[in-house]
Amino acid sequence: MSSNLTNTGSNTTVSPGGLPSRRNTELAMLVFAVLIPVFAYANVGLAKEGSLPTGMLSYGLGLGLLAGVAHLVVRRWAPYADPLMLPIATLLNGMGLIFIWRLDQEPSITHKATGGEAAPTQMMWSALAVGLFVLVLVFLKDHRVLQRYTYISMAAALVLLAAPIFFPAKYGAKIWITIPGVGSLQPAEFAKIIIAVFFAGYLMVKRDALALASRRFMGLYLPRGRDLGPIIVIWALSLMILVFETDLGTSLLFFGLFVVMLYVATERTSWIVFGLGLSAVGAIAVASFEPHVQGRVQDWLDPMQAFKDGSEQPMQALWAFGSGGTLGSGLGQGFSRLINFAAKSDYIFATVGEELGLAGLMAIILLYGLIVERGIRTSLAARDPFGKLLAVGLASAFGLQVFIVAGGVMGLIPLTGMTLPFMAQGGSSVVANWALIAVLLKISDTARRPAPAPAPSPDAEMTQVVRP
Amino acid sequence: MNKPLRRIAIFCGLLVLALLVRSNWLQFVQADDLKTDPKNRRVDIARYAQPRGNIIVDGKNITGSTVVNGNDFKYKRTYKNGELWSPVTGYASQAFGANQLEKLYDPILTGDDDRLFFNRTIDMLTGKQQKGGNVVTTLNAKAQKAAFDGLGDKKGAVAAINPKTGAILALANKPSYDPSVFAGNSEKDGEKYKALQRKNDKDDPTLNRALRQTYPPGSTFKVVTAAAGLESGNYDLDGKTDSPDPYRLPDSSTDLGNEGNNPACKNASVRVALQWSCNTVFAKMSNDLGNDEMMKMSEQFGFNRDLDDDSQDTPVRPAVSEYPKDNKPQNAQAGIGQASNRATPLQMAMVASAVANDGKLMKPYMVDQLVAPNLNVLEQTKPKKLSQPVSAENAQKLQQGMETVVNDGTGTAGKIPGVTVGGKTGTAQHGEDNKDNPYAWFISYAKTGDGSPVAVAVVVESSDTLRGDIAGGKLAAPIAKSVMEAVLDGKR
Repeated sequence: MSSNLTNTGSNTTVSPGGLPSRRNTELAMLVFAVLIPVFAYANVGLAKEGSLPTGMLSYGLGLGLLAGVAHLVVRRWAPYADPLMLPIATLLNGMGLIFIWRLDQEPSITHKATGGEAAPTQMMWSALAVGLFVLVLVFLKDHRVLQRYTYISMAAALVLLAAPIFFPAKYGAKIWITIPGVGSLQPAEFAKIIIAVFFAGYLMVKRDALALASRRFMGLYLPRGRDLGPIIVIWALSLMILVFETDLGTSLLFFGLFVVMLYVATERTSWIVFGLGLSAVGAIAVASFEPHVQGRVQDWLDPMQAFKDGSEQPMQALWAFGSGGTLGSGLGQGFSRLINFAAKSDYIFATVGEELGLAGLMAIILLYGLIVERGIRTSLAARDPFGKLLAVGLASAFGLQVFIVAGGVMGLIPLTGMTLPFMAQGGSSVVANWALIAVLLKISDTARRPAPAPAPSPDAEMTQVVRP
Repeated sequence: MNKPLRRIAIFCGLLVLALLVRSNWLQFVQADDLKTDPKNRRVDIARYAQPRGNIIVDGKNITGSTVVNGNDFKYKRTYKNGELWSPVTGYASQAFGANQLEKLYDPILTGDDDRLFFNRTIDMLTGKQQKGGNVVTTLNAKAQKAAFDGLGDKKGAVAAINPKTGAILALANKPSYDPSVFAGNSEKDGEKYKALQRKNDKDDPTLNRALRQTYPPGSTFKVVTAAAGLESGNYDLDGKTDSPDPYRLPDSSTDLGNEGNNPACKNASVRVALQWSCNTVFAKMSNDLGNDEMMKMSEQFGFNRDLDDDSQDTPVRPAVSEYPKDNKPQNAQAGIGQASNRATPLQMAMVASAVANDGKLMKPYMVDQLVAPNLNVLEQTKPKKLSQPVSAENAQKLQQGMETVVNDGTGTAGKIPGVTVGGKTGTAQHGEDNKDNPYAWFISYAKTGDGSPVAVAVVVESSDTLRGDIAGGKLAAPIAKSVMEAVLDGKR
């Protein structure tokens, strides 16, 4: 990006003339994004029953319809949006449905006590999610509108994050809001977007104060006391999530998100040092008295011992990955049902690893990486600081979540209960992530839209040939 | 704001890279370890996903598979006459793993062996179920049955070898167990398995006595002492020895006597000493030869082979028979198969077989062939010489001595009309002050025109009524005789 002459990419802040809208590229990619899961569906059916599954046609049509609607809406309301995000999201969601359906075929983990079949519900949630995606694209005329709701967002995020404390814990973590008769909701998934809006709005206003008014201490620029306030609040909040909701993943996600956005807004490395220092203090403090967190760390350090002690999943997941090997056992031919509990949600990544092998797993990881990359590219291209901050916030929240979940399941970091975006079973997750993609598309549409034509000059008008 | 943005992009790229590296680590570097981890249930699931290959004796399967369509396992192992064959097959259980041949040849039996890669690929491409190969054993069904029936209700074990090749012909245990009762993974299988364990059954039916239990070999070991004596050149088969009766053990005040104070033992020749099983003669011989010489000879016969030496794997590894370094009085007693001298039934059958095969000891083995599902032979075991403990000349002298035992000595119960049989009886004392019932031993071989086709060792554990040296001849010799007859019948 050294000079405008050699720049052909789409990541310039000022577009030289009109960029191609790339909507046809998106359509072509979407065809693949629908066909691949349909073939995968056929593959599972052939492997498990020896015949094509009966639901294949309707599934293909359903996914195709969702993708088609989403595409048309993007074409109409966000014509210059990034062409890759929608196909990747569709592909990941489609593959997630296949894996959930594939695990539904295992009687040992799919019975009444575990809630029966999960794929139809997940399909319904996906449709709802695409519905919300459409609503965001249609009604959010400009992402800058969100800036107005900075403090409302903060309040909303606080409520959403604090609410699960008042509901009963499920599986050792209080991350659910349960409404009897209706179902349960994982508010952290939505809070992730809302809090990014708040950070973006707040930091856009305060970034100069934060960046410039600081004292130099031991080579680092330390913030003033009054600027520290909100940071300490966020830090305390994420620790409270950890302590009261025993939700390691969410607290890590929020704190990481905040440090990233703070750094981007202020361009000060000292904030990263400061942020990492705070998180280290918090992590050590919590780990020293919170047994739930200690247990997770122990399971991570020695999964074999955990297996013997009855906490089988971490080791079972490692065996699933290892048994998949380079090329995988093939769809429908693995034994990830041995993971048993949460195989369709938190641990779905292990099924991907076992059945698609290293090759398939790396492809999926790269797809997630690509979404993050497109998000950050959108941020680079955005012309307004709010858009920049929001885009990088959403993209890095997405990326952090993928890393925390996938790294946890693969034993790279201690496991925390979070869902893998788009793939894991869970309505809140799929709805929230589609909304996240919609906001990113909207920002990229604004960023890549050709600059409005200069106002017609009266002189030019004068020189026009007057038609008879 | 773009500079920090690029850095964040790099940071996110590093997160993705970390995930990629980790997935390569798990699914490539560590894949095999994780895949074959015995605790990984996939290993068991795959093992029983198709009918298992069979273990074969005399052209007939002694194992089978049956469809159970359980939660994880499609097939279950079955055994024909499990109690008879369990010392050979071991077990393969859905819940409790496998041992012996079932474990050692698991890759062949499941079809996962590298040598079956081609068959597997063809099966996969043609949509057929993977098939396992077969393990063809060297055992002789008639000899095995004779050994098993011969033991009757008595605790004990029989090992029989073909001296010319080392092929194991019989391996029988009493009490025994039927591996089919816990081949599944039901609760009932679990109870049966538990009941068979040593802590719940003091008779320890799952112990493979023929291979894995060492006993004091008693007087049968005198054959080894005699071999050492003849090889030293200081003794001859029929030359008188200088042997007092009773014999005072070196460095001690204990006098050693002979069974029934047999007067023939005083200064008896090697032949006579074998014939009447004279303790005095062999204890003194062991002492005169010294601990080193005795150890050397025992090791030539297969004693003291440590566990990292695979020369004795059959392929199931037998327990190590011991003739340890010891002081003089202990060494003198070890020379008559007491003190710290320990041997497995297989080891004593090897002693008899080396003598019968003119001094050449063959490596014992019980798997003749590994056969692919399409009946191609994957592996053929070739007989291998293990050692030459005695010269052919001295071996023939020992044979004469052992034949005298059967014809006119303590082992007349082993006599088979029209066949040359050599043997040696033994009754090993055990327990403090010999308060426990002694072990009755008999080792023998039969000879036909073209060498010896069978050598046997029999040990019977508790023989309540008989305590004298006659126990070996009375209890063990008839069993050895019927095993030899079974093998000879097959030859005719």
